[in-house]
Amino acid sequence: MTPNRLRKLKEWFIEKAILLSGVFSVVFVLLIFLFLLREGFSLFRGESVGDFLFGKSWYPISDPPRFGILPLIMGSLLVTLGAAAISVPIGIAAALFIAEIAPRRLKEGLKAGIELLAAIPSVVIGFIGMITLGPWIKNLFHIPTGLTALTGSVTLAFMAMPTIVSIAEDAITAVPRQYREAAVAMGATKWQTTWRIVARAARPGMVAAVMLGIGRVIGETMAVMMVTGNAAMIPSSILQPVRTLTATIAAEMGESVQGGAHYAALFAIGIVLFIITFLINGVADIYLHRSRR
Amino acid sequence: MVSAPAKFSIAGLHVHYGKLCVLRDLNLDIQANEIFTVIGPANSGKTTFLHALNRLVDLVPDSRLSGEVRLDGVDIRCGLEVEALRRKVGIVFALPLPLPISIFENVVYGLRMQGVRDAAVLDEAVERSLHESYLWDEVKDRLRSPAMNLSGGQQQRLCMARILAGRPDVLLFDEPTSGLDPISTARIEETMLNLKEKYTIVLVTNNVAQAARVGERTAFFLMGDLVEVSATSKMFTAPADSRTSDYITGKFG
Repeated sequence: MTPNRLRKLKEWFIEKAILLSGVFSVVFVLLIFLFLLREGFSLFRGESVGDFLFGKSWYPISDPPRFGILPLIMGSLLVTLGAAAISVPIGIAAALFIAEIAPRRLKEGLKAGIELLAAIPSVVIGFIGMITLGPWIKNLFHIPTGLTALTGSVTLAFMAMPTIVSIAEDAITAVPRQYREAAVAMGATKWQTTWRIVARAARPGMVAAVMLGIGRVIGETMAVMMVTGNAAMIPSSILQPVRTLTATIAAEMGESVQGGAHYAALFAIGIVLFIITFLINGVADIYLHRSRR
Repeated sequence: MVSAPAKFSIAGLHVHYGKLCVLRDLNLDIQANEIFTVIGPANSGKTTFLHALNRLVDLVPDSRLSGEVRLDGVDIRCGLEVEALRRKVGIVFALPLPLPISIFENVVYGLRMQGVRDAAVLDEAVERSLHESYLWDEVKDRLRSPAMNLSGGQQQRLCMARILAGRPDVLLFDEPTSGLDPISTARIEETMLNLKEKYTIVLVTNNVAQAARVGERTAFFLMGDLVEVSATSKMFTAPADSRTSDYITGKFG
């Protein structure tokens, strides 16, 4: 075999290996989805989709069991929106500060600190939220328990922040220097340059940062299970205990009978979570492509 | 020889980037309504000189400016706000950088940033500055179309219009035709010759012939030193310094 043919064979092999790993990652996602569908769909032999999605009671082990996940959806939504309301403004502002304003040494220190925040295991953050934040919120608002949706939102905001800050900061730093020079040369102040030119040019990246941060919040399980009180009821305020979709699966999977209706209902919740995540990613993707044009 | 008060008077100007001295003891006057051209090889400090005039050097970390630069007799470092200085001393960069918005919005961007809302004022500014940059006839029917659709030369004249809309005193040009074809270059040069009636122009160029075509006075920089400054016609016929003649005739640089 000539060296030339050997080289071609090697090229072919590498090319196919890379193709295969790309295909596999998609296949795995599909298989997970199919598995979820197969396990979850058996629930809908005895239950209508409408009752499942919009039913107001989640009593999976009473007789007859009731599988309405509206309280869980509301719980997830409330906690996520609260976390986004806290972490998005602070995260974007922090990214702008780090990328545009902070002197170099402070910048390095802040970046290291934020990366450290991302490295804290979620159970530790949940623990801190449970023993410090919970009592504090309880005393502040004079409510019977400190384990509420608000506690969950604040805790999760801490977890979303590192994602938002580091991705948004990358996007801001990637804005070409010429844009800043051109703006400043037209007499723009530092703030006008930062807000009207740099932040606008970096917007696609900042949207991606927010979406990924929110994605992390929706999928988060451990911390949220520890601090939200886990009461499966429709909350009327952010100061009530809630239970999220993720916490329900984690808490109940161990005690459900494999193959039973409860088991299937938990998988059906998994399908709902999967679809929500898919939609968030889809929206982020569409937005990214639109603003790039 | 200098009778009228100078637009820019520069005395003992040094610029350092960290420990590196990029501009050394510069003494120079720039007259109102002249086209002052600056030539020199790479790393001679010509762009730094331009950026010192409207304090864009401030953007470089660790940069230090010493000596004195006066615009109409006012010290540019303590006599007026840096934003006001930069509106009075506009700059056109080497590469045209239109914003991804319409032609009209590009021209009024600076005005909008200053808080001008009156539509009549904005319309007037667009028409005036596009006339001044000789772009009006080419774009008057499509002011609302994206600026990115213009050719390179048109984009560069749009960037001029964007500066002119803010009614500056001085226009700085940093190798404005280095990315353009000869015909677009000729149009830009023609525009500069017309603009000098209203504005003072400082042109930094790598193209020695361009300095000879449009300049009235020319300065030659080398490694951060001002080697020679004289009337353009004199510099290109009888330069005083042998280094100048070597550069002009292409022996180095």
